[in-house]
Amino acid sequence: MLKYNYKTAMREGLVWFCALLLLSPLYILFNIAFKTKTEYTTEGAFTLPKNANFNNFVHVLSSENSGVVYSGIFNSFLIAAIAIFGLIIFGSLTAYVLTRRATKLSKFAYYGVLVGIIVPAQLGLVPLYVGVQALGLLGSAWGLGIIYIAMLMPLSVFLYGGFVRALPTEYEEAANLDGASRIRSFTQVVFPLLSPATGTVATMAGIIVWNDFNTPLIFLGGSSSPTLPVAIYSFIGEFNVEWNNIFAVLIVAMIPITILYLIFQKKFIQGFSGGIKS
Amino acid sequence: MSEVLEPPASSSSAPTGKSRGSRRKPGSPTLQPKPLFKYGSWWWAAPGLLAVLAVHYVATFTGASYAFTDFDGYGTFNWIGFDNFTRISADPEVMGSIGNTLFFALLFLVATNVLGLLLALALNRSLKSRYILRALLFLPVVLAPISVSFIWRYIFDAEGALNQLLKTLGLSDGTYVWLADPQFAKWAILIVFVWQNIGMAMVIYLAGLALVPIELEEAAALDGAGIFRRFFTITVPMIQPSIAINTTLSLTTGLKIFDQVMALTGGGPYGATETLSTVIYRNTFAYQSYGYGASIALVFTVIIFGAAALQMYLTRDRGVHN
Repeated sequence: MLKYNYKTAMREGLVWFCALLLLSPLYILFNIAFKTKTEYTTEGAFTLPKNANFNNFVHVLSSENSGVVYSGIFNSFLIAAIAIFGLIIFGSLTAYVLTRRATKLSKFAYYGVLVGIIVPAQLGLVPLYVGVQALGLLGSAWGLGIIYIAMLMPLSVFLYGGFVRALPTEYEEAANLDGASRIRSFTQVVFPLLSPATGTVATMAGIIVWNDFNTPLIFLGGSSSPTLPVAIYSFIGEFNVEWNNIFAVLIVAMIPITILYLIFQKKFIQGFSGGIKS
Repeated sequence: MSEVLEPPASSSSAPTGKSRGSRRKPGSPTLQPKPLFKYGSWWWAAPGLLAVLAVHYVATFTGASYAFTDFDGYGTFNWIGFDNFTRISADPEVMGSIGNTLFFALLFLVATNVLGLLLALALNRSLKSRYILRALLFLPVVLAPISVSFIWRYIFDAEGALNQLLKTLGLSDGTYVWLADPQFAKWAILIVFVWQNIGMAMVIYLAGLALVPIELEEAAALDGAGIFRRFFTITVPMIQPSIAINTTLSLTTGLKIFDQVMALTGGGPYGATETLSTVIYRNTFAYQSYGYGASIALVFTVIIFGAAALQMYLTRDRGVHN
């Protein structure tokens, strides 16, 4: 029924115009990262660089201040990996048990977990800080990774829960009849079927942890191993508003998450529609 | 919620059964047939449940109790009743931050939802390059708010992109320091915040719009319903779940605004852009007034729950769609 005619083509052009306008800050970001300081102060943000090269990137990755960038990248990777693995393993198990077991208690526990999605972290931060300090985990990647697992667990359980509910119970029952134990029917039958949810949990947790600024500012603040956002925040002061260098660092920080997004983009959108249907 | 998919044993009267075979004592109703298959053991869920319990319940309630103390992180503390809350009501910085937080949250909610829905409608069907456009427009969502805020800080800089543009267009002399203007600084933060989150609203609306059958719209169009009529009588009721999810999400995101403020203005000029999150952070961790910080956090939590309850009531499923 939908016909592609000149009206649609005009609409397509209009939408592209709006999209490019919306994304123009990213154009400015790349433009300035490839200019020298004198060039962007005299020529401005919009003209293309005359002599595009990677000098700014080389500079920010090899100057004496760049150690903080490397340790930021390393810590962000480590903490995100810990959080993603924990959220996938414990989130899928918790959601599976709570949604499959049809008792009143499991229902109560399920909604009790979901309430955590809207509880703001701020109120619990001081006790958490004191507790983490007592355990000697303040400033450590493992400590922050575990905190993220706990903080994002409700989201993981919500995303997995929606998928488990939509999954017919016949799969496990058939596996069970064929002699599979409960653990085997979960790990070899159910968990693979939950892979869209796993993709969503990994992507969302990855994005949230990689980009979070508030939590690492508190738990890693002042330590020698900040995450990338905290490193960027402290980096800005050191480079004395040289926007070309700052923007080169921002681009370096964006590369990993952008790649992850481009790979999982489809699963991500899939996961959202799954969450809505349940 | 899909009740249909509940396992058949939902009337089981043994809610606390610890392991697979545990039957209740004789005498309690044991007449139901034993379910064919029990799904997992309780201990599978234990790590997840304990983590949620510790961080979202125990820590939160402990934090709430600090609100009534003068705890400063060292040694003992005194219970001081509601003194912290009296102090809040006389603290212009905190009271101002409540107003700012509500300003950001409400305008953020409206702007992201309207713009996100418009983009979703534009990219729902028919356009050939809709998948590329969706991926591109979602990109800002995955970038770190702190990074995005620094890009915009350059744009609003005295010698930044906005002033260059205005000067080229002859609209101003291009020397205005935007972020030093208390009024504009608020709008600047809002623009950056909205800019980054439109894509999220768009994706959720697209997921909802994909479920609206095209036949329904075509039938209505054949019956002579105009585009606005079709939108309000067919599309809006059918994407009700997306509206509910999006408004919940943007409301809670909006109330928690932190990174953009820290990166763009640091709460300034003269506290004009402080929000509850920045004030809590400053009082708790910079000034080490744990008790006072916790009392502001308690006010914040009450506001979030109140707003969430109000929003859920307003966007509740009224049973309009089939």
